[in-house]
Amino acid sequence: MHGHNEAEFLKEVAGFLGVYYLALAAMNMTAALYVWKSGKALRIVKLGGTAATTAHLWLLLGLVFLLMAPLGFSGDAATMRLVSVPESFREIINVAMGPMVYTVGSVVGLVVLFVLRRFFVKPTVAWIGLNASLLLMGLSMTDPDFADIVRKADNVPIVGLIFMLGFFTWLGAYRAIENDDRAKRGLPPVEAEQREKVLVWPDLVYIELICMVFLTAFLLVWAIVLKAPLEEPASAVKTPNPSKAPWYFLGLQEMLVYYDPWMAGVVLPSLIIVGLAAIPYLDFNKKGNGYYTIDERKFAYVMFQFGFLLLWVTLIVMGTFLRGPNWNFFGPYETWDPHKVEALNNVDLSEFFWIRWLHMPRPKAPDGAGILRTLAMIVYRESPGIVLLVGYLAIVPHALVLGSRFFRDLFARMGFLRYMVLANLLLMMMLLPIKMICRWGFNLKYFVAIPEYMLNF
Amino acid sequence: MASLSEIIRGSQIWKSVFRHPLPVDRRNRIAVILTNFFLHLHPVSIRKQGIALSYTWCMGGVTFFLFLVETVTGVLLMFYYRPTLEWAYQDILALRDVTSMGVMRELHRWGAHGMVITVWLHMYRVFLTGSYKPPREFNWVVGVILLLLTLLLSFTGYLLPWDQLAIWAITVGSNMARATPILGHEGPGAQLLTVDGISMITNASDARFGLLGARFVGEETLNRFYVLHCVAIPLAASVLMAIHFWRIRKDGGISGPL
Repeated sequence: MHGHNEAEFLKEVAGFLGVYYLALAAMNMTAALYVWKSGKALRIVKLGGTAATTAHLWLLLGLVFLLMAPLGFSGDAATMRLVSVPESFREIINVAMGPMVYTVGSVVGLVVLFVLRRFFVKPTVAWIGLNASLLLMGLSMTDPDFADIVRKADNVPIVGLIFMLGFFTWLGAYRAIENDDRAKRGLPPVEAEQREKVLVWPDLVYIELICMVFLTAFLLVWAIVLKAPLEEPASAVKTPNPSKAPWYFLGLQEMLVYYDPWMAGVVLPSLIIVGLAAIPYLDFNKKGNGYYTIDERKFAYVMFQFGFLLLWVTLIVMGTFLRGPNWNFFGPYETWDPHKVEALNNVDLSEFFWIRWLHMPRPKAPDGAGILRTLAMIVYRESPGIVLLVGYLAIVPHALVLGSRFFRDLFARMGFLRYMVLANLLLMMMLLPIKMICRWGFNLKYFVAIPEYMLNF
Repeated sequence: MASLSEIIRGSQIWKSVFRHPLPVDRRNRIAVILTNFFLHLHPVSIRKQGIALSYTWCMGGVTFFLFLVETVTGVLLMFYYRPTLEWAYQDILALRDVTSMGVMRELHRWGAHGMVITVWLHMYRVFLTGSYKPPREFNWVVGVILLLLTLLLSFTGYLLPWDQLAIWAITVGSNMARATPILGHEGPGAQLLTVDGISMITNASDARFGLLGARFVGEETLNRFYVLHCVAIPLAASVLMAIHFWRIRKDGGISGPL
């Protein structure tokens, strides 16, 4: 914490943490009451004559949080240590975290969630997951470096976004699995059972009214509790470090590490917009229209989640919370040190190819050569990358058709043009993680580097 | 003796505004939707599943509501705020420290962040329920453009407080326009537009210059972003929203199993 000593910092977060644990306690006790009253409590173990159910478990959790609340309110260093993530754990996380671990970890995490989705959507499991993440967040708030970034006023909505996305992804998957199970038994989706019509007045207008009242109250509280940020007056000569775009564009700013600005800032954002708009014209699957399902449109589901949750959201989270001065990567409990040096010597593919593998200088047109000759030599010099890229975008789609029944079927139903548009959009999307891994793993800078024409890829 | 409310509802003024008795029976509940300008956005009746929160998440509606909040708080803020180098920062300072109801700025800022989030969640729900499938393909496209406009609204508004956070975020965000292929002076192919050895694309004529109105983020940019933020983009978004809502009705209402 800059300019604060630890005691002052702990006092600052103490009020928040106390209320936070009280809220968690209330949340779990409400859950206990709900599962008990509704008869949805599941038996965990049988102890003698009585059975311990999830209602007891949530009640117990609520009591634990209730006990943590006064510790959180204390603001005293020794007491707060009891409700903190252990120092050693923080060290391990800081050291282990890097862009590679973070990104590959996110991929693995999402794959596990998807494959074992039937397990993770169980309300009991999901509730434990929610409690665990909220607890981890609370325990981390006593770390000054973590709290500094999370409490930044403009970052608060992103914390909200993470939890909301978690909730809605769960809700969508829960309803989809419910429908998928029904389909297996030959039943129509749940949505089809509610064809009965109701009048908009009162059934809908009252929902709208209540929503508006709640939202207004919520916004007012948020606006009163959290001040909008206002820094020093603008100065064209004092560049802040790090300089960050607004949070919703931080995924694009992260792409600047791997792509030149013309790709990261212009071509790829345009492709994202065009690709999104093209979805209804590329997804010819007639199933899954108007109800939640995963099994009936697995390919579309996985591709969308890959683009949205992984490439869009986790990159924003990384850009917001884990990228510090000089756009260096920092662990969640690490101090943002502007002097942290990351020695990186990134190398273009042509240098790998000609100099390191063939042990010869890169081809170069002699001085005073004509423009066509110079161009030809540039293309020759960059040919490894060009071949690789053309192969990736033109041959991979065909190879997929030849090698996989699924893609052969896609090709047959979509026709050449539509299939190639789909394949190229998806391949361009996949190129980002490929480039990221090439960068971190092999320090590869550009596949094709033509600085003469500012055309690096 | 008639009660006061009966007298009011029996008066000529009341009857000239509301053509029907209170919506307490089926006939008048239908009539109220048909005869009220604001309510006629809705159909008269709707499938039960179409109003289930667990199906719609209410995110489209919340986004629209936040747009209205942004409009109201935005207009109030415009009464105070002057988009000039001399006053912009001072006016925001005053809103924070002295102006009564300065909390409008917080409402406006958090509402804007909220709108970005809810518009994503709305897109997420529409995707997960496959609601972009025929006959609603084009409305999805309109929605994608509205998503883009929401981000641009937020982006242009980000500059207006004219503090360090604002100009550097916009500087970082708009620097990329320098590299626009052909039309940016640091973009690939910019040399193609060279006439008699004189480049047509310079830092005073390229895409970034068009966006900022200057070679760097300055007063021209502030004015340009202010007009975009308060007039141009909200107008465009309003038109598209009207189409978006109208098409929901024309495409068969909120999606559901066929």
